[in-house]
Amino acid sequence: MELSSDKLLIMYEDMVKIRRFEEKAIEFFTQGLIRGSMHLYIGEEAVAVGVCHALRQDDYIVSTHRGHGHCLAKGTDINRTMAELLGKATGCCKGKGGSMHIADLDTGNLGANGIVAAGIPVAVGAALSSQYRGTDQVAVAFFGDGATNQGVFHESMNLAAIWRLPVLFVCENNLYGITVPAKEAVAVTDIADRAKAYNIPGVIVDGNDVRAVYQAACQAVARARAGAGPTLLECKTYRHEGHYKGDPCVYRSDEELRQWKERDPIQHLAKVLVGEGIAAQTELEQIHRQVEQAIAAASAFALESPEPSPEDLLQDVFAS
Amino acid sequence: MREITYLQALTEALREEMHRDPNVFIMGEDIGLHGGIFQVTKGLFQEFGPKRVRNTPISEAGFVGAAIGASVTGTRPVAELMYVDFTAVAMDQIANQMAKLRYMFGGKAKLPMVIRTQQGGGRGNAAQHSQSLEAWFTHVPGIKVVLPATPKDAKGLLKTAIRDDNPVLFLEHKLLYATKGIVPDGDYTIPFGQAEVKREGKDITLVSYSLMLLKTLKAAEELAQEGIDAEVIDLKTLVPLDLAAVIRSVQKTGRLVICHEAHRRCGAGADLAAQVMEEAFDYLDAPVQRVAALDVPIPYNGKLEMATLPQEKDVIEAVKRII
Repeated sequence: MELSSDKLLIMYEDMVKIRRFEEKAIEFFTQGLIRGSMHLYIGEEAVAVGVCHALRQDDYIVSTHRGHGHCLAKGTDINRTMAELLGKATGCCKGKGGSMHIADLDTGNLGANGIVAAGIPVAVGAALSSQYRGTDQVAVAFFGDGATNQGVFHESMNLAAIWRLPVLFVCENNLYGITVPAKEAVAVTDIADRAKAYNIPGVIVDGNDVRAVYQAACQAVARARAGAGPTLLECKTYRHEGHYKGDPCVYRSDEELRQWKERDPIQHLAKVLVGEGIAAQTELEQIHRQVEQAIAAASAFALESPEPSPEDLLQDVFAS
Repeated sequence: MREITYLQALTEALREEMHRDPNVFIMGEDIGLHGGIFQVTKGLFQEFGPKRVRNTPISEAGFVGAAIGASVTGTRPVAELMYVDFTAVAMDQIANQMAKLRYMFGGKAKLPMVIRTQQGGGRGNAAQHSQSLEAWFTHVPGIKVVLPATPKDAKGLLKTAIRDDNPVLFLEHKLLYATKGIVPDGDYTIPFGQAEVKREGKDITLVSYSLMLLKTLKAAEELAQEGIDAEVIDLKTLVPLDLAAVIRSVQKTGRLVICHEAHRRCGAGADLAAQVMEEAFDYLDAPVQRVAALDVPIPYNGKLEMATLPQEKDVIEAVKRII
């Protein structure tokens, strides 16, 4: 649970990488190289990074339609992630999943999911599997405020509670579903209060403070590993972009966006690092340069990678 | 050779597979101490305990999703849905998740899970507890669809389903549980995608599966009395489908009747008829006939129910239309 300087710098770099990845994805999307719809994680980086740093490689996560951040934070190679968005054969899903279904079983990432809340019971199943096999792996379900109104969220919370499963329910409350604010859609103000209905702990944390997220996640992970069951962690955060790329955002004010941007998780950590003497500004600039190089390499890799072949179309429906 | 019920054959399959592979576990509503509403899991809780035989709350979407997550992370769950009609309650997990995860993830994920459930009418359970929904699952790529008609097939096919590394919808029939048949001793499996000629004949091909297969065989015996020699094929699995077996028979007889308990409109028979027409048009001497349930929700009243669901006489009528 202790946060060394090294770890903090890695977290900083991870958040910057996610931010720059998303900004690059916007460019590709605008050029028509990314098809369908895309849901950006900009502004929420501290949640994915804080939680994933509390996990081991063999722990599981399940993500949402807004899944690039979780994917990178859990350790998927950035080249393969970018290649997947461009639909290439070298993508982590061989070009068959795309943005909303990005997955990487080698890093325990059981996939982004295009159906709101649908990944939550899958995470419960992964936790069930861990308990069954007698390992101390934990599973994390990421989901938004809107997802907590889906029936299957409630079924999952109840099931995890009665079977005391090692699962973290991490709600990224960014205050909006697509266009409808949580205060009009959710019966409670704090999603964490929903934990009471299932007799499990509900914890609220500032989702834009990566250290706070990390500490809270570590506690919940330790609980789960010790066999004490699930926790609901509500991370209060905000998405800088619309729900999807192209969303005109008629449902929120510029003033609200401005206020949340002042609490940008990356800038917040930078202030902490420099202010507490953990890193010099020049070190942070070096990190930014490294990230730019990684983004440039990933972009080149993705652009130069081949498309899947026609034969790939019929593969992988079934395992033989 | 011993005769046991379809129900006992299924229980044996579950027990033997749970002994064979410690990663196999079962879950569902009331499957524990009670042994399941249809008694398929009778005795298993006592033998294997609560870790491997889990009662679930009434949360079909939740526990089907949990089976998905458990299967993709190294275990082999067999989840029971009490009635096939309840697949509707878990349909996102079945059709959008279970069927698609492997493909969407580029082939890395493996989902060795079975959803066992039971279909069918004839007992007055009415519209929401009497359906035959195999067409729904056949239509979604990524799900294997199995419908055993006999105790021997039930045991062998369920073992195959559990050993298969893919999601299987295993569709039993509520009126088949009490039927008896010869079941070999010892371990045996029956492969998917291999139809069986259950009655050889030369005048007409009758294709069926599940409970309707038994009605079709009875119809064939009656037709034999009138000098019509019907060949009866049990498909056993719709995915994978043994189309070649049907074609071979049609090449011999020139006439085909497809019989299933599911509704006529867009039932699996419609697809099979289209495929036979595409592959074997020149061998057909008459249009393909379908025997199926009327396109109405299945009524409660006994006489109305009988008239809605296809019976032996409907098979005979269909044969006589084209013979």
